[in-house]
Amino acid sequence: MTSMTYVRYEVVRNFRVWQFVFFALAWPIIVFFTVTSANRHATFDGIGFPLYFMAGMAAMGTISGVVSRGSLIAAERSIGWTRQMRITPLRAGAYFGAKVLCGYLMALLTVGAMCLAGAMMGVRLSAGHWLAFAGLLLVGLVPFAVLGILLGHLLKPEALLPAVAGTTTLLALLGGAYGFLVATSGPVFEVIRALPSYWLVQAGKTALGHGGWPAEGWIVIAAWTAVLVPLTVLAYRRDTSRV
Amino acid sequence: MAADTTSGGGITLAGLSKSYGAVRAVRSIDLTIAAGETVALLGPNGAGKSTTIDMMLGLTRPDSGRISLFGMPPAEAVAAGVVGGMLQTGSLIPHLSVRELITMVASLYPRPLPVDEVLQLTGTAEFAGRPTGKLSGGQAQRVRFAVALVANSDLLLLDEPTSALDVEGRREFWASMRAVAAQGKTVVFATHYLEEADSYADRIVLIAQGRIVADGSPARIKARVGGRTIRATLPGADLARLAALPGVASADRRGDTVIISSAAPEAALRALLDQYPAARDVEVRGSGLEEAFLALTTDDGDAALPVQEVR
Repeated sequence: MTSMTYVRYEVVRNFRVWQFVFFALAWPIIVFFTVTSANRHATFDGIGFPLYFMAGMAAMGTISGVVSRGSLIAAERSIGWTRQMRITPLRAGAYFGAKVLCGYLMALLTVGAMCLAGAMMGVRLSAGHWLAFAGLLLVGLVPFAVLGILLGHLLKPEALLPAVAGTTTLLALLGGAYGFLVATSGPVFEVIRALPSYWLVQAGKTALGHGGWPAEGWIVIAAWTAVLVPLTVLAYRRDTSRV
Repeated sequence: MAADTTSGGGITLAGLSKSYGAVRAVRSIDLTIAAGETVALLGPNGAGKSTTIDMMLGLTRPDSGRISLFGMPPAEAVAAGVVGGMLQTGSLIPHLSVRELITMVASLYPRPLPVDEVLQLTGTAEFAGRPTGKLSGGQAQRVRFAVALVANSDLLLLDEPTSALDVEGRREFWASMRAVAAQGKTVVFATHYLEEADSYADRIVLIAQGRIVADGSPARIKARVGGRTIRATLPGADLARLAALPGVASADRRGDTVIISSAAPEAALRALLDQYPAARDVEVRGSGLEEAFLALTTDDGDAALPVQEVR
């Protein structure tokens, strides 16, 4: 039984941290407007630049939003709060569930705000395509949410901040979130296509008509999730058994 | 104080052991606590009190042995909300007010105490609106107690609950603790203060080097560990003769000073002054708890140590 009161206060707590709100919400919007205003009519990767970059900044903001939940977990571990929660009826699944939910609520806000920002910069999509775009982003975030929990159990809080910043920046950069791809063919491109962040950014292509990812995109997201979940369970067990 | 050893009515630890590498933190502890008892686990730092409490809370897995809390293993008892605990270390999560935090924790339990009642009981009501990150050490400690108390659990396990409190804070803490115990809750607390165990427990379990070395009422335990040290300036005294005096447990020398340990200081003092009229600078002091534990445990080392039944 997960208490709704517990979840509510967990969400309240998260949204009171202005840095979290700023980097997940305000930061991508600022970068989006700054870069897009000079490239409003350009095209990139087969679609209009504003659409591409809207997806890119939405990917960057939401990735940072869900992965950084790991730093909360690491902080709560280090101050002994996790141990205090382990002697309550709260189950580990519910504890993580509440953390993931917070990341996702923030992601939902980020996606909404980015869609609005995109529309202001001339992005026009059908209602179905907007929904498909948002939906794909939320599905593509699953492995990142798991990654946040994994990092939260592997690293100490002081190591976690650079680790989260580095990991999310690198994945977003290689995935093309910043409006360029380091390679568009060859072996490097093959590596890029195996990153979940690439497929998050590619969610912007729903407007091209096929409405979703090709099979490859689904496989990459599923494979990363399938690898990260057992690693995370292992890290959690190791962490709680040695106390 | 007959304890129920068989049914689900109380708490049973049987053959409980835990080692960390070469350190044997807990060595085959057997303990039965009846429902409603207030028991102090008294021992010096490193005696194994925290490890025992962590195992009872399901935070640490024993190497061997069994724990039953009202007929349930620890994990099950914790999940059912019949156990509440206050750990020795730990801070509060920030970005919530005291009231919000207590409300949040209360919502995890099937039958929590009303939040306002807990705020009153723990003396946290006056700063209930303050963010948890802006509390003094003593205030935070009281909030941690409130977090444990709001569970309204049948068993409360408290690991050195007053360690961050000043004298006044301690007094208030134990006043609220008494109110809780009066509701028929079972309370087990770890402490290294003899006075605290003496004043607030029905029963004291003495732990040293991972074992129970004595178990009984506070009066009896105090008589056993509350020995005195007599110091006197007495050049050239014969230690063997001193040690043979009535009431003297052992005698030692530092320069011209002799140091006599005694469980019956009046008799020892009378004999000392009678037989050594030259003794000067006589001083009688209560032995520290550490010394008392050493006296109870030193000769035995790793050998099996019989529990001293002193009830």
